[in-house]
Amino acid sequence: MIQQLFHPGLVAELGFALVVLLTLTGAVIALRPRNILYNVLGLALCLTGVAGLFLYLGSPFIALMQLLIYVGAICISIVFAIMLSRPLHLSLPKRRPAKVGLASIVGILVFMVLCSVVTFTRWQPAAVRGNDWSIATIGRYLLTRYDLVFEVISLVLLVAIIGAILISGYARRRPS
Amino acid sequence: MNSLYTYLFIGALLFSLGIIGLFMRRSLIGMLIAVELMLNGASINFMAFNRFLAPDPAVGQIYTLFIMGIAAAEAAIALSIIVALFRRLRSINIERAQELRG
Repeated sequence: MIQQLFHPGLVAELGFALVVLLTLTGAVIALRPRNILYNVLGLALCLTGVAGLFLYLGSPFIALMQLLIYVGAICISIVFAIMLSRPLHLSLPKRRPAKVGLASIVGILVFMVLCSVVTFTRWQPAAVRGNDWSIATIGRYLLTRYDLVFEVISLVLLVAIIGAILISGYARRRPS
Repeated sequence: MNSLYTYLFIGALLFSLGIIGLFMRRSLIGMLIAVELMLNGASINFMAFNRFLAPDPAVGQIYTLFIMGIAAAEAAIALSIIVALFRRLRSINIERAQELRG
């Protein structure tokens, strides 16, 4: 009985459903409430769910990177930016229903187009598929075949961070 | 259940939710959150293609890493611009930012 209850396949399916639920709930929380702190918490929830999806896609390394970079760095810096700005508990104007309706129409249209593309394309796996998922291979590719892209990404990140420091510090020096 | 279509639909759903948020929100941080959702939908797609179709299963993971790096740079720049804008206008509402127009 217990063996049947904790059948590995069933547990895997339940875990997958839980991860999908976490992702979609987090995405809705990230968009719906007016208080922006709830939005950031919903975004963190959604990104954790996406990390779980990456785990189900067979890549623990990318799942860990997702947790580190997105949940650990980006969400925290958004929270810092919120704390730097004015308290948001002042009464906000009501959200205009026309704008919400128009945004929903555009979003549903995009979703339908994407779904039709996904459904009507005949996806074919590559003829010869390797099965080398290891971190060592990723590291070797990053330093050999994708060398230039790796360096360019590092340069972009460096320039972006220096620019961020300059932009946010420049406004302080100059009284407006 | 654990097939290519499931992941593609989840990615499409996240992307559309991001678009809805991008059009619906007026605060700049809310729009940044929506953009992060869209980027995550894209990286789910990359990982799903990598898992089910690609000839070399390391390449999709490398692409996802690159997307994360770009997202980090974009978040840093966007947040610093938001902070600078807030210092100048005392608001992070996107409609107030139209005052930047010449």
